[in-house]
Amino acid sequence: MPPVTDQVVAARTRAALASVTREAPVILIPTVPRERELRLDLFRGLALWLIFIDHLPPNLLSWLTIRNYGFSDATEIFIFISGYTAALVYGRAMRERGFVIAAARILKRVWQIYVAHIFLFTIFLAEVSYVASSFENPLYTEEMGILDFLKQPDVTIVQALLLKFRPVNMDVLPLYVALMLFFPPVLLVMQRKADLGLALSVGLYALTRWFDLALPAYPNGVWFFNPFAWQLLFVFGAWCALGGAKRMSRILSSSATLWICTAYLLFAFYTTLTWHVPQLNHLMPHIAEQWMYPIDKTNLDLLRFIHFLALAALAVRFLPGNWPGLASPWLRPLILCGQHSLQIFCIGVFLAFAGQFILAEYSGDTTTHFIISVCGILIMSAAAWVFSWYKRVAGKGGSRAKPADSDADLAGGGT
Amino acid sequence: MRAGLASVLIALAASSAAVSARADDRPRSCDVSAYLLTSDSPLPRVASAVKAGGPLNILVVGGRSSTISGAESEAYPAKLQAALREKLPTVPVNVSMELTPRKTAGDIAPSLGKLAEAKKSTLVVWQTGVVDAIRSVDVDDFREALDQGVTALQRAGTDIVLMNMQYSPRTETMVSMASYIDNMRIVAQQHDVPVFDRFTIMNQWNESGEFDLFSPVHGASLAKRVHSCLGRALSTFVIKTARINPAELGTRRR
Repeated sequence: MPPVTDQVVAARTRAALASVTREAPVILIPTVPRERELRLDLFRGLALWLIFIDHLPPNLLSWLTIRNYGFSDATEIFIFISGYTAALVYGRAMRERGFVIAAARILKRVWQIYVAHIFLFTIFLAEVSYVASSFENPLYTEEMGILDFLKQPDVTIVQALLLKFRPVNMDVLPLYVALMLFFPPVLLVMQRKADLGLALSVGLYALTRWFDLALPAYPNGVWFFNPFAWQLLFVFGAWCALGGAKRMSRILSSSATLWICTAYLLFAFYTTLTWHVPQLNHLMPHIAEQWMYPIDKTNLDLLRFIHFLALAALAVRFLPGNWPGLASPWLRPLILCGQHSLQIFCIGVFLAFAGQFILAEYSGDTTTHFIISVCGILIMSAAAWVFSWYKRVAGKGGSRAKPADSDADLAGGGT
Repeated sequence: MRAGLASVLIALAASSAAVSARADDRPRSCDVSAYLLTSDSPLPRVASAVKAGGPLNILVVGGRSSTISGAESEAYPAKLQAALREKLPTVPVNVSMELTPRKTAGDIAPSLGKLAEAKKSTLVVWQTGVVDAIRSVDVDDFREALDQGVTALQRAGTDIVLMNMQYSPRTETMVSMASYIDNMRIVAQQHDVPVFDRFTIMNQWNESGEFDLFSPVHGASLAKRVHSCLGRALSTFVIKTARINPAELGTRRR
């Protein structure tokens, strides 16, 4: 096995091996079974829950989501981990089976995500059509203009198939399609020279910010998540998976990093606080406001990126791979959700629609709101459990002939 | 799995139907958090016009969310006029309305300066952003249009209040207002212009049960009640932001 593989396997299996590795690291590594890095699943599951809650109208649980305490939100976690796992899984495929096979597998994944997106769009269309035909409140004549696109279904649907027309809250999957579509050549470069890949990515990000590169959307404007900017997070995730995380471990464990991250997170927390408590607004220096705002989500503002890095650094520091809590039954639902991310993401978006519908049709009060949020999370967890159960049962049924393929798809490619 | 989902939904529906059968005809207090009814940014021309005994000419520029079709006299601009006349009995107050349906901020901004001059406005309330959000106009373009409009109004010598969107829970999943609201706030901060945060105010009313904005009821009664409260809230906002003390005015006159 080439040395790169060792690094990757080492990174992946740090969780399982941490105790063993101390005695005999080198000998054990090549023979270990493919253990998952549970922290990835944990945080991806967390991101999925947060995205679901953020897609519901603001309520009690929304105060638990990280976007209320800093610049970055669940999307950053999601995209970073997606890059990380994609590099892990398809990187292995590329080494073992060659570029063509790995690229084909990536494209298959792209297709799955695309179909999932179109499925969600259909649900959205049903919801909107219902509202258009049943809701007529003179208070909202102007807002109902959003339904005008129903007057031209031909154009709208074609634009949706082209990923140019995307309703609110349905921007993540198109971004993921775009990122994965260009992942085969990126991965090819990064397998040889990971640093070169990262440098190119940073360069593209800088060019995007400088020249305002963007993808057009329909009917107006640009993609809500600009892929030219967000690729930075994805490629950075891949870079970490391909050995970058290991090389950074010394920096990550230094106390200077700890203090810088903490200070930055406090600064971000304070800034966010001034949004929610307008009375604090005058304590924010005017110059800082002029310099900072707007914090651009579309183009992955540097403030957001750094905020994510700080969060990630602290998470890695205080949550080691051998943290016993990872085996706790309380975190099991999160981990399971993270392991079936594409399916759970889709279920989450669907449940958010359904929740909206219940809130609109029956009652929008706080109790209902809370119940809907909790039920949604329970349903997502239950679904994830069913998927895991099915995978286990199906696995026993004799698909052992091609373990590498099936494993890769479930392990990861995930959103 | 599917049966489970269905039963959960049914249970939810049942519980929420019970809750929604609440009384709907109690008197409206129009309560709004105090911080939403004032601003640190000044309204100097309004203040001096009121001190000089008027007239106070207010121009509301806005889209269809600034009116109720078929009941214009009950929309918030008319209610604002009524409330101001009541609170400032010694000052002649005129509120006029410039309706700009289906226009983005960019469509309106170039003509704002002339409009304000023609109407000899002391204060222009510029309600905008809904159409921009619906058409997902680039937020940078939106910000520049606001900037241009506010600059023109300041040059024309009027005070300005920017007003953002309504809180519309029905369309919340379909159109994203957040970045437009943020950008309006940024322009307001840069020009030191107050923002009347209609979105948050209506959101609070919905949360507190003051109004059920999810209501699919046809007819204009909900719209009338909301506009009545908005007009009153806006009158308080103008008076407090301009640091006018109505009591003082009255005694001095007498």
